[in-house]
Amino acid sequence: MARIVGGLATTHVPAIGAAIDQGKTQTPYWKPLFDGYVRAQEWLAAKKPDVIVLVYNDHATAFSLEIIPTFAIGVAEEFPPADEGWGPRPVPVVKGHSELAWHLCESLILDEFDITMINVMPVDHGFTVPLSITCGKGSTCATPAAWPCKVVPISVNVVQYPPPTGKRCFDLGRAIAKAVKSYPEDLKVVVYGTGGMSHQLHGERAGLINQEWDKKFMDGLAPNPERLTRIPFIEYVRETGAEGIEMVMWLIMRGALGDKAAEIYRHYHVPASNTAAGLIILEPGAKAAKTAVKRRVAKKKARR
Amino acid sequence: MAKQADFDDVPGTYLFDRYRSRQGYHLNMFYFSLMKAANREAFLGDEQKYLDKFKLTPEQRNAVLARDWLRMIKLGGNIYYMSKLGATLGRSFQYMAGAMSGVTQEQYAEMMLKGGRSIEGNRSKKRRK
Repeated sequence: MARIVGGLATTHVPAIGAAIDQGKTQTPYWKPLFDGYVRAQEWLAAKKPDVIVLVYNDHATAFSLEIIPTFAIGVAEEFPPADEGWGPRPVPVVKGHSELAWHLCESLILDEFDITMINVMPVDHGFTVPLSITCGKGSTCATPAAWPCKVVPISVNVVQYPPPTGKRCFDLGRAIAKAVKSYPEDLKVVVYGTGGMSHQLHGERAGLINQEWDKKFMDGLAPNPERLTRIPFIEYVRETGAEGIEMVMWLIMRGALGDKAAEIYRHYHVPASNTAAGLIILEPGAKAAKTAVKRRVAKKKARR
Repeated sequence: MAKQADFDDVPGTYLFDRYRSRQGYHLNMFYFSLMKAANREAFLGDEQKYLDKFKLTPEQRNAVLARDWLRMIKLGGNIYYMSKLGATLGRSFQYMAGAMSGVTQEQYAEMMLKGGRSIEGNRSKKRRK
């Protein structure tokens, strides 16, 4: 039986990929951001997943306005890095897990999530940047010769209004958990939710950052995700910038972890180009959640 | 359902809804075509001729030729599509963001280093007054 052993949410800013590819990770501008990802790399290496289910959004790369799938799963054997206008990133081709991906499609559609199945899907920065920062080596994020495991891409439309609601995303996550559980092979799966945090890339309001809102969102993710699922589209836009809506994808990851989950680690840094960069690592289960609460209480006491 | 009035109340923001998607379809498909190296070359070689292949309105066409980034957004361009034109011209997201908000790339980068544009006073057009 396959099982979900952890969840991770991270920003997927293209400039982070460019900083890695151009060897700029140790400059004063980028170092604080990359230093915060070393823990994620160590965590992932310790978890040794067989598969990463990576939730991201395509940024007008694989999908144009010709076809706009709300939820799409990549079922191919491999996914090439896309040319987004400046040539493809120099990173390895992503190996898919076609069998698990098809199983997810089947299970999810019969569970009433109408997934689009995709065989041809070049993957853009939204997908390759999270892999680079968590599977790269050390604070330079040195690109490995091959990614450490297979990856199943789940693409979510957050570019064309309306994107799926936060609640729909959370429920999809729960259905993913069910689907993984019913997969016969003994696989360890880690789920990624990517995008965000606060950022706006267009219009006169470009550059908007809302640290207070972002931190509240992170605070609620492990213990109180139901509250986060009630945040309406317009609140994301107003409070976190038009492109902050990407954070609904974090709720897919959270939904996949089950009722109880614990926060293991977080990192937050402003700016990554136009964006507030956030990283959070969660582990599923009541036991992990209890330990996390105890840790928080002890921390509070120590502060007094 | 969110109301159009709410969308229009967010200052300096042009949500990519059904109206803008219809208005900007050909403009965005032009941007999208620039993901192929051969098309980038063709565009840079003869912009007018390349643009003839797409059904842009005269306003959209002029905005592209004038590199009027904010105007392109107002005419139905979407930032993720528009970034392909940016990449073709060697312009980053930060450059375009600076241009759209009326400052130089340096001034914009400086604002981001100081924590970005503040949410205070930027939530609502109504509440600004």
